[in-house]
Amino acid sequence: MVYLTRKAEFSASHYYHSDALSPEENRRLFGKCNNPNGHGHNYTLEVTVKGKVDGTTGFVIDLKELKETMNREVLDLLDHRFLNKEIAEFAKQVPTTENLAIYVWQRLAPKFKVAKLHRVRVYETVDLFVDYYGEA
Amino acid sequence: MKAYLTRRYWFSASHRLHSDSLTESQNRDTYGKCNNPHGHGHNYALEVTVSGPVSAQTGMICDLVELDGFVTREVIERFGHENLNLLDDFRGLVPTTENLCEVAYRRLESFPKAKLEQVRIEETMLNSFAYAGGREPLA
Repeated sequence: MVYLTRKAEFSASHYYHSDALSPEENRRLFGKCNNPNGHGHNYTLEVTVKGKVDGTTGFVIDLKELKETMNREVLDLLDHRFLNKEIAEFAKQVPTTENLAIYVWQRLAPKFKVAKLHRVRVYETVDLFVDYYGEA
Repeated sequence: MKAYLTRRYWFSASHRLHSDSLTESQNRDTYGKCNNPHGHGHNYALEVTVSGPVSAQTGMICDLVELDGFVTREVIERFGHENLNLLDDFRGLVPTTENLCEVAYRRLESFPKAKLEQVRIEETMLNSFAYAGGREPLA
């Protein structure tokens, strides 16, 4: 089994707000991130797939296919968007880095045929990242 | 759904690698320049990984402000700008980065809001160490 990781970057804005909480609770819990006008990040996405190395091609996965899948399923949707307002999932869910990692997993996991998705890592900043392995 | 959150912190400290159970010449052979009796220092990067279910209400594993406060109190303020050899945590323990990982793990294990998964420390840009409480480190 070999693991292959591809990186990508996207920039997006968001704010943290839960309808289940009062305005005071939202401000207390989310602090500056609760500003409804939003703020932005340069996110780095790392997608790791695992699989056997194909005897003919020497590939775990065709990198071109991985790159196109990441572009089509994730980057084209999220890059330069206001996540709360433009991505349906984040109208209901808070667009935290945790939920972003889960969102990316759910979009990518069904798309790979030969290799399997192993890990989605989303860096919000260089000092903060979330990993999701598809666990319930 | 269970996710893993990693936060990166920095602290600077000095140390000297020297074991009382070795002779002076064995210490010099084992630790080389790191055995210099006057000590030397590093800018350590500390990565703390916690896990837990993502709250449906907040979208978070835990409140980052609480994690930062806990790590700052338990590790950064305790080890930052100190000589590690002089701290109680390293009495009878050589302050290698291996031991530093284990000591930091034990100090952080009691974080009440999420499960500590792993402590990873970069001593320099060229070497790093990970301790996951005896489990396999995350990959």
